Amino acid sequence: MEINFNSPFFKILRQIVFYLFLAALWQILFNLKFWPRYLFPSPGQVFETLIYGFRDKTFLIAIGISLKRLLIGYGISMVFGTTLGLLIGKIKFLDETVGGFLVGLQTLPSICWLPLAILWFGLNESAITFVVVMGSLFSITMATDSGVKNIQPIYLRAGLTMGATGMRLFTHVVLPAALPQVLIGLKQGWSFAWRSLMAGEILFVSMGLGHLLNVGRELNDMSQVIAVMIVMVMMGVFMELLVFGTAERRVRQIWGLERQ
Amino acid sequence: MRVVLKRVHKSFKQKGQQVQALHDINFSVEEGEFICVIGPSGCGKSTLISLIAGLEFPDSGQVFVDDKIVEGPSKDRLVVFQEAALFPWLTVLANVEFGLKIAGVNQTQRRDCALEAIKMVHLSRFVNSHPHELSGGMKQRAALARAIVMDPKILLMDEPFAALDAQTRQMLQEELQELWQKTKKTILFVTHNVREATFLSDRVFEITARPGTIKKEYLISIPRPRREQDPHLLAVQTTIMGSLKDEIEKVAKQELDIDYEISKTGVVTPVDRNLGSNI
Repeated sequence: MEINFNSPFFKILRQIVFYLFLAALWQILFNLKFWPRYLFPSPGQVFETLIYGFRDKTFLIAIGISLKRLLIGYGISMVFGTTLGLLIGKIKFLDETVGGFLVGLQTLPSICWLPLAILWFGLNESAITFVVVMGSLFSITMATDSGVKNIQPIYLRAGLTMGATGMRLFTHVVLPAALPQVLIGLKQGWSFAWRSLMAGEILFVSMGLGHLLNVGRELNDMSQVIAVMIVMVMMGVFMELLVFGTAERRVRQIWGLERQ
Repeated sequence: MRVVLKRVHKSFKQKGQQVQALHDINFSVEEGEFICVIGPSGCGKSTLISLIAGLEFPDSGQVFVDDKIVEGPSKDRLVVFQEAALFPWLTVLANVEFGLKIAGVNQTQRRDCALEAIKMVHLSRFVNSHPHELSGGMKQRAALARAIVMDPKILLMDEPFAALDAQTRQMLQEELQELWQKTKKTILFVTHNVREATFLSDRVFEITARPGTIKKEYLISIPRPRREQDPHLLAVQTTIMGSLKDEIEKVAKQELDIDYEISKTGVVTPVDRNLGSNI
Protein backbone atom coordinates (compact mmCIF):
# COMPACT_ATOMS: atom_id res chain seq x y z
CA MET A 1 0.00 0.00 0.00
CA GLU A 2 1.29 3.44 -0.92
CA ILE A 3 1.59 5.92 1.91
CA ASN A 4 0.28 9.41 1.23
CA PHE A 5 2.50 11.79 3.16
CA ASN A 6 0.27 14.72 2.23
CA SER A 7 -2.76 13.34 4.06
CA PRO A 8 -4.14 15.29 7.05
CA PHE A 9 -2.91 12.58 9.39
CA PHE A 10 0.70 13.11 8.38
CA LYS A 11 0.28 16.88 8.44
CA ILE A 12 -0.81 16.72 12.08
CA LEU A 13 1.93 14.20 12.84
CA ARG A 14 4.54 16.55 11.39
CA GLN A 15 3.21 19.39 13.52
CA ILE A 16 3.25 17.27 16.68
CA VAL A 17 6.81 16.16 15.98
CA PHE A 18 7.82 19.79 15.48
CA TYR A 19 6.44 20.87 18.86
CA LEU A 20 7.98 17.85 20.60
CA PHE A 21 11.28 18.87 19.01
CA LEU A 22 10.90 22.42 20.39
CA ALA A 23 10.12 21.04 23.87
CA ALA A 24 13.14 18.71 23.68
CA LEU A 25 15.38 21.61 22.69
CA TRP A 26 14.04 23.58 25.63
CA GLN A 27 14.69 20.67 28.00
CA ILE A 28 18.27 20.32 26.71
CA LEU A 29 18.92 24.04 27.24
CA PHE A 30 17.51 23.71 30.75
CA ASN A 31 19.79 20.73 31.52
CA LEU A 32 22.85 22.63 30.30
CA LYS A 33 22.21 25.12 33.19
CA PHE A 34 23.28 28.29 31.36
CA TRP A 35 20.81 30.30 33.44
CA PRO A 36 19.60 29.90 37.01
CA ARG A 37 16.47 27.76 37.44
CA TYR A 38 14.28 30.62 38.61
CA LEU A 39 15.00 32.50 35.36
CA PHE A 40 14.76 29.57 33.00
CA PRO A 41 12.27 26.93 34.11
CA SER A 42 11.98 23.51 32.49
CA PRO A 43 9.06 22.62 30.20
CA GLY A 44 7.83 20.28 32.93
CA GLN A 45 7.65 23.11 35.49
CA VAL A 46 5.72 25.35 33.11
CA PHE A 47 3.36 22.50 32.25
CA GLU A 48 2.77 21.93 35.96
CA THR A 49 1.96 25.62 36.46
CA LEU A 50 -0.45 25.46 33.56
CA ILE A 51 -2.25 22.44 35.01
CA TYR A 52 -2.31 24.00 38.46
CA GLY A 53 -3.54 27.36 37.11
CA PHE A 54 -6.43 25.74 35.27
CA ARG A 55 -7.26 23.44 38.18
CA ASP A 56 -7.61 26.21 40.78
CA LYS A 57 -9.43 28.26 38.12
CA THR A 58 -7.18 31.39 38.34
CA PHE A 59 -6.35 31.05 34.63
CA LEU A 60 -9.97 30.41 33.67
CA ILE A 61 -11.17 33.45 35.60
CA ALA A 62 -8.43 35.60 34.08
CA ILE A 63 -9.27 34.39 30.59
CA GLY A 64 -12.94 35.08 31.21
CA ILE A 65 -12.32 38.61 32.43
CA SER A 66 -9.92 39.43 29.59
CA LEU A 67 -12.25 37.98 26.98
CA LYS A 68 -15.16 39.96 28.33
CA ARG A 69 -13.22 43.22 28.14
CA LEU A 70 -12.00 42.31 24.70
CA LEU A 71 -15.43 41.45 23.35
CA ILE A 72 -17.00 44.66 24.66
CA GLY A 73 -14.25 46.89 23.27
CA TYR A 74 -13.90 45.00 20.03
CA GLY A 75 -17.66 44.87 19.55
CA ILE A 76 -17.87 48.66 19.82
CA SER A 77 -14.96 49.02 17.39
CA MET A 78 -16.52 46.62 14.96
CA VAL A 79 -19.82 48.47 14.78
CA PHE A 80 -18.39 51.99 14.68
CA GLY A 81 -15.30 51.09 12.64
CA THR A 82 -17.19 49.49 9.75
CA THR A 83 -19.85 52.20 9.76
CA LEU A 84 -17.28 54.98 9.79
CA GLY A 85 -15.19 53.22 7.14
CA LEU A 86 -18.18 52.83 4.83
CA LEU A 87 -19.10 56.47 5.26
CA ILE A 88 -15.57 57.70 4.64
CA GLY A 89 -15.29 55.45 1.61
CA LYS A 90 -18.48 56.84 0.10
CA ILE A 91 -18.61 60.48 1.14
CA LYS A 92 -15.82 62.58 -0.26
CA PHE A 93 -16.14 65.35 2.30
CA LEU A 94 -15.65 62.90 5.18
CA ASP A 95 -12.73 61.31 3.38
CA GLU A 96 -10.92 64.64 3.09
CA THR A 97 -11.52 65.65 6.68
CA VAL A 98 -12.06 62.68 8.99
CA GLY A 99 -10.09 60.28 6.78
CA GLY A 100 -6.85 62.22 7.02
CA PHE A 101 -7.35 62.77 10.74
CA LEU A 102 -7.76 59.04 11.34
CA VAL A 103 -4.56 58.22 9.46
CA GLY A 104 -2.80 60.47 11.95
CA LEU A 105 -4.52 58.90 14.95
CA GLN A 106 -3.72 55.41 13.72
CA THR A 107 0.00 56.06 14.06
CA LEU A 108 -0.51 56.63 17.79
CA PRO A 109 0.19 53.41 19.75
CA SER A 110 -3.03 52.53 21.53
CA ILE A 111 -1.49 52.35 24.98
CA CYS A 112 -0.78 56.08 24.74
CA TRP A 113 -4.53 56.54 25.25
CA LEU A 114 -4.31 54.98 28.71
CA PRO A 115 -3.20 58.07 30.69
CA LEU A 116 -6.02 60.03 29.09
CA ALA A 117 -8.51 57.24 29.73
CA ILE A 118 -7.54 57.00 33.41
CA LEU A 119 -7.96 60.72 33.91
CA TRP A 120 -11.32 60.67 32.16
CA PHE A 121 -12.80 57.47 33.53
CA GLY A 122 -10.64 56.55 36.53
CA LEU A 123 -9.01 53.16 37.08
CA ASN A 124 -11.90 51.00 35.96
CA GLU A 125 -13.46 48.95 33.22
CA SER A 126 -14.48 51.99 31.17
CA ALA A 127 -10.86 53.08 30.89
CA ILE A 128 -9.72 49.71 29.57
CA THR A 129 -12.67 49.49 27.18
CA PHE A 130 -11.73 52.91 25.87
CA VAL A 131 -8.15 51.83 25.24
CA VAL A 132 -9.25 48.66 23.47
CA VAL A 133 -11.65 50.63 21.27
CA MET A 134 -8.99 53.19 20.41
CA GLY A 135 -6.57 50.39 19.61
CA SER A 136 -8.77 48.59 17.13
CA LEU A 137 -11.23 51.18 15.80
CA PHE A 138 -8.94 52.91 13.33
CA SER A 139 -7.53 49.84 11.63
CA ILE A 140 -11.06 48.52 11.08
CA THR A 141 -12.13 51.92 9.75
CA MET A 142 -9.18 52.24 7.39
CA ALA A 143 -9.56 48.71 6.01
CA THR A 144 -13.29 49.18 5.42
CA ASP A 145 -12.63 52.52 3.76
CA SER A 146 -10.07 51.03 1.38
CA GLY A 147 -12.38 48.09 0.77
CA VAL A 148 -15.09 50.47 -0.42
CA LYS A 149 -12.65 52.45 -2.55
CA ASN A 150 -11.23 49.35 -4.20
CA ILE A 151 -14.54 47.98 -5.44
CA GLN A 152 -14.36 47.41 -9.16
CA PRO A 153 -16.41 50.20 -10.79
CA ILE A 154 -18.05 47.70 -13.13
CA TYR A 155 -19.98 46.17 -10.20
CA LEU A 156 -21.38 49.57 -9.32
CA ARG A 157 -22.28 50.24 -12.95
CA ALA A 158 -23.97 46.86 -13.24
CA GLY A 159 -25.88 47.49 -10.02
CA LEU A 160 -26.96 50.94 -11.17
CA THR A 161 -28.32 49.74 -14.51
CA MET A 162 -30.36 47.07 -12.70
CA GLY A 163 -32.05 49.70 -10.61
CA ALA A 164 -29.99 49.59 -7.43
CA THR A 165 -29.55 53.19 -6.36
CA GLY A 166 -28.75 54.95 -3.09
CA MET A 167 -29.16 52.77 -0.03
CA ARG A 168 -29.97 49.66 -2.03
CA LEU A 169 -26.79 49.97 -4.07
CA PHE A 170 -25.01 50.31 -0.77
CA THR A 171 -26.43 47.23 0.92
CA HIS A 172 -26.63 44.98 -2.14
CA VAL A 173 -23.45 45.89 -3.99
CA VAL A 174 -21.04 48.08 -2.02
CA LEU A 175 -21.20 46.10 1.21
CA PRO A 176 -20.78 42.58 -0.19
CA ALA A 177 -18.16 43.74 -2.69
CA ALA A 178 -16.09 45.28 0.11
CA LEU A 179 -16.50 42.30 2.43
CA PRO A 180 -13.15 40.57 1.77
CA GLN A 181 -11.27 43.76 2.69
CA VAL A 182 -13.52 44.46 5.65
CA LEU A 183 -12.76 40.99 6.97
CA ILE A 184 -9.03 41.68 6.79
CA GLY A 185 -9.64 44.87 8.76
CA LEU A 186 -11.68 42.99 11.37
CA LYS A 187 -8.93 40.45 11.80
CA GLN A 188 -6.28 43.12 12.16
CA GLY A 189 -8.57 45.01 14.52
CA TRP A 190 -8.90 41.93 16.69
CA SER A 191 -5.15 41.57 17.11
CA PHE A 192 -4.80 45.29 17.84
CA ALA A 193 -7.58 45.06 20.40
CA TRP A 194 -5.86 42.11 22.04
CA ARG A 195 -2.52 43.94 22.23
CA SER A 196 -4.10 47.07 23.64
CA LEU A 197 -5.90 45.05 26.28
CA MET A 198 -2.78 43.23 27.40
CA ALA A 199 -0.79 46.46 27.58
CA GLY A 200 -3.54 48.06 29.62
CA GLU A 201 -3.89 45.11 31.97
CA ILE A 202 -0.16 44.86 32.60
CA LEU A 203 0.14 48.55 33.37
CA PHE A 204 -2.87 49.37 35.48
CA VAL A 205 -5.96 47.26 35.50
CA SER A 206 -6.48 44.46 37.96
CA MET A 207 -7.37 40.89 37.04
CA GLY A 208 -7.27 39.49 33.56
CA LEU A 209 -4.41 37.69 31.83
CA GLY A 210 -2.14 40.72 31.60
CA HIS A 211 -2.47 41.23 35.31
CA LEU A 212 -1.66 37.56 35.94
CA LEU A 213 1.47 37.99 33.84
CA ASN A 214 2.52 40.95 35.91
CA VAL A 215 1.84 39.08 39.17
CA GLY A 216 4.22 36.39 37.89
CA ARG A 217 6.91 39.03 37.48
CA GLU A 218 6.30 40.49 40.93
CA LEU A 219 6.58 37.03 42.53
CA ASN A 220 9.67 36.22 40.45
CA ASP A 221 7.67 33.21 39.21
CA MET A 222 9.08 32.66 35.74
CA SER A 223 7.08 29.53 35.09
CA GLN A 224 3.85 31.49 35.65
CA VAL A 225 5.04 34.23 33.28
CA ILE A 226 5.74 31.67 30.55
CA ALA A 227 2.55 29.73 31.26
CA VAL A 228 0.42 32.87 30.85
CA MET A 229 2.27 33.72 27.64
CA ILE A 230 1.50 30.25 26.30
CA VAL A 231 -2.18 30.70 27.20
CA MET A 232 -2.21 33.98 25.27
CA VAL A 233 -0.66 32.39 22.19
CA MET A 234 -3.14 29.52 22.34
CA MET A 235 -6.08 31.92 22.52
CA GLY A 236 -4.77 33.82 19.51
CA VAL A 237 -4.35 30.62 17.54
CA PHE A 238 -7.83 29.36 18.44
CA MET A 239 -9.40 32.66 17.44
CA GLU A 240 -7.57 32.59 14.13
CA LEU A 241 -8.55 29.00 13.41
CA LEU A 242 -12.14 29.15 14.56
CA VAL A 243 -13.34 32.59 13.56
CA PHE A 244 -11.20 34.56 11.14
CA GLY A 245 -9.55 31.66 9.33
CA THR A 246 -12.93 30.06 8.67
CA ALA A 247 -14.59 33.26 7.57
CA GLU A 248 -11.75 34.25 5.29
CA ARG A 249 -11.57 30.82 3.72
CA ARG A 250 -15.31 30.86 3.09
CA VAL A 251 -15.12 34.24 1.35
CA ARG A 252 -12.12 33.15 -0.73
CA GLN A 253 -13.98 30.04 -1.83
CA ILE A 254 -17.08 31.97 -2.83
CA TRP A 255 -15.06 34.51 -4.79
CA GLY A 256 -13.04 31.72 -6.38
CA LEU A 257 -9.69 32.75 -4.94
CA GLU A 258 -9.19 29.37 -3.29
CA ARG A 259 -10.20 25.90 -4.43
CA GLN A 260 -12.60 24.04 -2.18
CA MET B 1 -38.53 51.84 -27.86
CA ARG B 2 -36.83 54.43 -30.04
CA VAL B 3 -33.36 55.71 -29.33
CA VAL B 4 -32.31 59.00 -30.85
CA LEU B 5 -28.96 60.73 -30.51
CA LYS B 6 -28.77 64.37 -31.59
CA ARG B 7 -25.44 66.17 -32.05
CA VAL B 8 -23.86 64.32 -29.15
CA HIS B 9 -20.38 65.37 -28.06
CA LYS B 10 -18.49 63.73 -25.27
CA SER B 11 -14.96 64.19 -23.99
CA PHE B 12 -13.18 63.11 -20.85
CA LYS B 13 -9.95 63.75 -19.03
CA GLN B 14 -7.12 61.30 -19.46
CA LYS B 15 -3.73 61.91 -17.83
CA GLY B 16 -4.61 65.59 -17.46
CA GLN B 17 -5.50 65.99 -21.12
CA GLN B 18 -8.93 66.56 -22.52
CA VAL B 19 -9.66 63.72 -24.94
CA GLN B 20 -12.58 63.95 -27.29
CA ALA B 21 -14.27 60.56 -27.40
CA LEU B 22 -17.36 61.30 -29.48
CA HIS B 23 -17.88 64.11 -31.94
CA ASP B 24 -21.26 65.07 -33.35
CA ILE B 25 -23.00 61.72 -33.21
CA ASN B 26 -26.43 61.57 -34.82
CA PHE B 27 -28.51 58.48 -35.29
CA SER B 28 -31.77 56.86 -34.44
CA VAL B 29 -32.67 53.29 -33.67
CA GLU B 30 -36.19 52.05 -34.34
CA GLU B 31 -38.08 49.73 -32.06
CA GLY B 32 -37.11 46.09 -32.49
CA GLU B 33 -34.02 46.87 -34.54
CA PHE B 34 -30.72 45.10 -34.11
CA ILE B 35 -27.96 47.68 -34.51
CA CYS B 36 -24.24 47.04 -34.43
CA VAL B 37 -21.72 49.77 -33.78
CA ILE B 38 -18.28 49.00 -35.12
CA GLY B 39 -15.00 50.86 -34.97
CA PRO B 40 -11.35 50.63 -34.01
CA SER B 41 -10.47 50.21 -30.35
CA GLY B 42 -10.65 53.38 -28.31
CA CYS B 43 -13.04 55.13 -30.67
CA GLY B 44 -15.68 55.76 -28.02
CA LYS B 45 -17.97 52.81 -28.73
CA SER B 46 -18.30 51.96 -25.06
CA THR B 47 -18.90 55.61 -24.22
CA LEU B 48 -21.86 55.47 -26.57
CA ILE B 49 -23.30 52.58 -24.55
CA SER B 50 -22.74 54.45 -21.28
CA LEU B 51 -24.54 57.49 -22.65
CA ILE B 52 -27.61 55.54 -23.69
CA ALA B 53 -27.55 53.54 -20.45
CA GLY B 54 -27.58 56.81 -18.52
CA LEU B 55 -24.32 56.03 -16.71
CA GLU B 56 -22.69 59.05 -18.33
CA PHE B 57 -24.02 62.23 -19.89
CA PRO B 58 -23.10 64.07 -23.10
CA ASP B 59 -21.18 67.36 -22.94
CA SER B 60 -23.58 68.73 -25.51
CA GLY B 61 -26.42 67.32 -27.59
CA GLN B 62 -29.17 65.02 -26.40
CA VAL B 63 -29.85 61.34 -25.98
CA PHE B 64 -33.54 60.52 -26.29
CA VAL B 65 -35.23 57.26 -25.44
CA ASP B 66 -38.88 57.24 -26.46
CA ASP B 67 -38.73 61.03 -26.92
CA LYS B 68 -37.56 61.56 -23.34
CA ILE B 69 -34.08 62.82 -22.51
CA VAL B 70 -32.04 60.18 -20.67
CA GLU B 71 -31.52 61.36 -17.11
CA GLY B 72 -30.03 58.26 -15.53
CA PRO B 73 -29.97 54.47 -15.58
CA SER B 74 -33.24 52.63 -16.01
CA LYS B 75 -34.36 49.04 -15.97
CA ASP B 76 -35.65 49.56 -19.52
CA ARG B 77 -32.07 49.84 -20.78
CA LEU B 78 -29.86 47.07 -19.50
CA VAL B 79 -26.19 46.62 -20.26
CA VAL B 80 -24.32 43.38 -20.89
CA PHE B 81 -20.68 44.22 -20.24
CA GLN B 82 -17.62 42.70 -21.86
CA GLU B 83 -16.37 41.31 -18.54
CA ALA B 84 -19.84 39.90 -17.72
CA ALA B 85 -19.70 41.87 -14.43
CA LEU B 86 -21.52 39.15 -12.52
CA PHE B 87 -21.32 39.64 -8.78
CA PRO B 88 -18.74 37.12 -7.53
CA TRP B 89 -20.40 36.81 -4.11
CA LEU B 90 -23.70 35.56 -5.55
CA THR B 91 -24.64 32.29 -7.21
CA VAL B 92 -25.82 32.30 -10.81
CA LEU B 93 -29.42 32.16 -9.62
CA ALA B 94 -28.96 35.04 -7.18
CA ASN B 95 -27.18 37.05 -9.85
CA VAL B 96 -30.07 36.61 -12.25
CA GLU B 97 -32.57 37.37 -9.48
CA PHE B 98 -30.70 40.53 -8.48
CA GLY B 99 -32.62 43.07 -10.53
CA LEU B 100 -35.99 41.59 -9.59
CA LYS B 101 -35.02 41.55 -5.92
CA ILE B 102 -34.10 45.23 -6.10
CA ALA B 103 -37.43 45.90 -7.81
CA GLY B 104 -39.20 44.22 -4.88
CA VAL B 105 -40.58 41.17 -6.67
CA ASN B 106 -41.50 38.44 -4.17
CA GLN B 107 -39.27 35.44 -3.76
CA THR B 108 -41.22 32.67 -5.47
CA GLN B 109 -42.07 34.84 -8.44
CA ARG B 110 -38.54 36.05 -8.97
CA ARG B 111 -37.18 32.53 -8.61
CA ASP B 112 -39.52 31.31 -11.35
CA CYS B 113 -38.58 34.18 -13.67
CA ALA B 114 -34.87 33.69 -13.02
CA LEU B 115 -35.01 29.95 -13.62
CA GLU B 116 -36.85 30.53 -16.87
CA ALA B 117 -34.24 33.05 -18.05
CA ILE B 118 -31.44 30.71 -17.05
CA LYS B 119 -33.09 27.94 -19.02
CA MET B 120 -33.25 30.23 -22.04
CA VAL B 121 -29.48 30.57 -22.04
CA HIS B 122 -29.01 26.84 -21.31
CA LEU B 123 -27.36 27.26 -17.94
CA SER B 124 -29.80 25.27 -15.79
CA ARG B 125 -27.10 22.91 -14.56
CA PHE B 126 -25.14 25.79 -13.07
CA VAL B 127 -27.91 27.52 -11.14
CA ASN B 128 -26.12 27.16 -7.82
CA SER B 129 -22.57 27.76 -9.07
CA HIS B 130 -20.62 30.89 -8.31
CA PRO B 131 -19.31 32.95 -11.26
CA HIS B 132 -15.72 31.78 -10.81
CA GLU B 133 -16.83 28.23 -11.53
CA LEU B 134 -18.10 29.20 -14.98
CA SER B 135 -16.17 29.45 -18.24
CA GLY B 136 -16.04 32.74 -20.14
CA GLY B 137 -18.92 31.74 -22.38
CA MET B 138 -21.07 30.59 -19.49
CA LYS B 139 -20.43 33.87 -17.68
CA GLN B 140 -21.76 35.78 -20.67
CA ARG B 141 -24.78 33.48 -20.80
CA ALA B 142 -25.47 34.26 -17.15
CA ALA B 143 -25.00 37.98 -17.80
CA LEU B 144 -27.44 37.75 -20.69
CA ALA B 145 -29.95 35.93 -18.49
CA ARG B 146 -29.52 38.59 -15.82
CA ALA B 147 -30.44 41.22 -18.39
CA ILE B 148 -33.35 39.50 -20.14
CA VAL B 149 -35.02 38.44 -16.90
CA MET B 150 -35.76 42.14 -16.34
CA ASP B 151 -37.55 42.23 -19.68
CA PRO B 152 -35.83 45.47 -20.75
CA LYS B 153 -37.01 47.31 -23.82
CA ILE B 154 -33.46 47.87 -24.99
CA LEU B 155 -30.47 45.60 -24.59
CA LEU B 156 -27.13 47.40 -24.71
CA MET B 157 -24.29 45.00 -25.35
CA ASP B 158 -20.75 46.25 -24.93
CA GLU B 159 -18.46 43.83 -26.78
CA PRO B 160 -19.99 40.94 -24.86
CA PHE B 161 -18.30 38.19 -26.85
CA ALA B 162 -14.93 39.86 -27.40
CA ALA B 163 -13.05 37.80 -24.84
CA LEU B 164 -14.41 34.44 -25.98
CA ASP B 165 -12.85 31.80 -28.21
CA ALA B 166 -14.07 31.53 -31.79
CA GLN B 167 -16.33 28.48 -31.32
CA THR B 168 -18.06 29.79 -28.20
CA ARG B 169 -18.49 33.16 -29.82
CA GLN B 170 -20.11 31.63 -32.90
CA MET B 171 -22.47 29.60 -30.75
CA LEU B 172 -23.52 32.59 -28.67
CA GLN B 173 -24.00 34.73 -31.75
CA GLU B 174 -26.41 32.20 -33.18
CA GLU B 175 -28.28 31.96 -29.89
CA LEU B 176 -28.48 35.73 -29.62
CA GLN B 177 -29.90 35.89 -33.13
CA GLU B 178 -32.52 33.35 -32.13
CA LEU B 179 -33.28 35.17 -28.89
CA TRP B 180 -33.72 38.45 -30.73
CA GLN B 181 -36.05 36.87 -33.27
CA LYS B 182 -38.11 35.42 -30.44
CA THR B 183 -38.29 38.49 -28.21
CA LYS B 184 -37.95 41.30 -30.79
CA LYS B 185 -36.06 43.48 -28.38
CA THR B 186 -34.20 46.55 -29.55
CA ILE B 187 -30.52 45.66 -29.36
CA LEU B 188 -27.53 47.96 -29.65
CA PHE B 189 -24.45 45.83 -29.94
CA VAL B 190 -20.94 47.25 -29.85
CA THR B 191 -18.13 45.23 -31.36
CA HIS B 192 -14.86 45.54 -33.25
CA ASN B 193 -15.51 42.33 -35.14
CA VAL B 194 -16.85 42.93 -38.67
CA ARG B 195 -18.07 39.37 -39.09
CA GLU B 196 -19.98 39.50 -35.85
CA ALA B 197 -21.55 42.84 -36.75
CA THR B 198 -22.74 41.78 -40.19
CA PHE B 199 -23.95 38.40 -38.99
CA LEU B 200 -26.14 39.85 -36.27
CA SER B 201 -27.50 43.22 -37.24
CA ASP B 202 -29.99 45.05 -39.43
CA ARG B 203 -27.76 48.07 -39.68
CA VAL B 204 -24.09 48.65 -38.93
CA PHE B 205 -22.76 52.06 -37.86
CA GLU B 206 -19.09 52.48 -38.55
CA ILE B 207 -17.33 54.86 -36.18
CA THR B 208 -14.07 56.61 -37.02
CA ALA B 209 -10.94 56.68 -34.89
CA ARG B 210 -10.90 59.23 -32.07
CA PRO B 211 -12.69 61.58 -32.02
CA GLY B 212 -15.45 59.11 -32.91
CA THR B 213 -17.93 60.21 -35.53
CA ILE B 214 -20.23 58.07 -37.61
CA LYS B 215 -18.41 57.45 -40.87
CA LYS B 216 -20.90 55.27 -42.67
CA GLU B 217 -24.04 53.29 -42.20
CA TYR B 218 -24.52 49.89 -43.83
CA LEU B 219 -27.90 48.31 -44.35
CA ILE B 220 -27.77 44.54 -44.10
CA SER B 221 -30.95 43.18 -45.58
CA ILE B 222 -30.07 39.52 -45.62
CA PRO B 223 -32.92 37.37 -44.32
CA ARG B 224 -32.58 35.45 -41.08
CA PRO B 225 -31.59 32.95 -39.87
CA ARG B 226 -28.26 33.85 -41.44
CA ARG B 227 -25.42 31.53 -42.15
CA GLU B 228 -21.85 32.45 -41.36
CA GLN B 229 -20.72 31.52 -44.91
CA ASP B 230 -23.46 33.38 -46.79
CA PRO B 231 -21.75 34.96 -49.87
CA HIS B 232 -23.81 38.16 -49.51
CA LEU B 233 -22.57 38.47 -45.97
CA LEU B 234 -18.98 38.02 -47.09
CA ALA B 235 -19.40 40.74 -49.72
CA VAL B 236 -20.63 43.27 -47.14
CA GLN B 237 -17.84 42.26 -44.81
CA THR B 238 -15.20 43.01 -47.45
CA THR B 239 -16.64 46.48 -48.01
CA ILE B 240 -16.72 47.32 -44.32
CA MET B 241 -13.30 45.80 -43.74
CA GLY B 242 -11.79 48.05 -46.43
CA SER B 243 -13.31 51.16 -44.92
CA LEU B 244 -12.37 50.18 -41.40
CA LYS B 245 -8.73 49.58 -42.28
CA ASP B 246 -8.08 53.31 -42.68
CA GLU B 247 -9.43 53.89 -39.19
CA ILE B 248 -7.42 51.09 -37.66
CA GLU B 249 -4.33 52.55 -39.29
CA LYS B 250 -5.06 55.94 -37.75
CA VAL B 251 -5.30 54.33 -34.32
CA ALA B 252 -2.06 52.42 -34.88
CA LYS B 253 -0.34 55.66 -35.77
CA GLN B 254 -1.70 57.30 -32.64
CA GLU B 255 -0.74 54.45 -30.37
CA LEU B 256 2.38 53.02 -31.98
CA ASP B 257 5.10 54.87 -33.87
CA ILE B 258 3.94 57.46 -36.35
CA ASP B 259 5.67 55.71 -39.28
CA TYR B 260 3.62 52.51 -39.06
CA GLU B 261 1.39 51.74 -41.99
CA ILE B 262 -0.87 48.87 -42.82
CA SER B 263 0.13 46.89 -45.89
CA LYS B 264 -2.46 45.79 -48.42
CA THR B 265 -2.74 42.40 -46.76
CA GLY B 266 -3.79 44.05 -43.56
CA VAL B 267 -0.59 43.25 -41.68
CA VAL B 268 1.02 46.06 -39.73
CA THR B 269 4.58 46.59 -40.96
CA PRO B 270 7.09 49.35 -40.31
CA VAL B 271 8.26 51.35 -43.35
CA ASP B 272 11.87 50.90 -42.39
CA ARG B 273 11.59 47.15 -42.56
CA ASN B 274 14.43 46.72 -45.06
CA LEU B 275 16.65 49.04 -43.14
CA GLY B 276 20.23 48.79 -44.40
CA SER B 277 19.56 46.30 -47.19
CA ASN B 278 20.64 48.78 -49.88
CA ILE B 279 23.99 49.68 -48.42
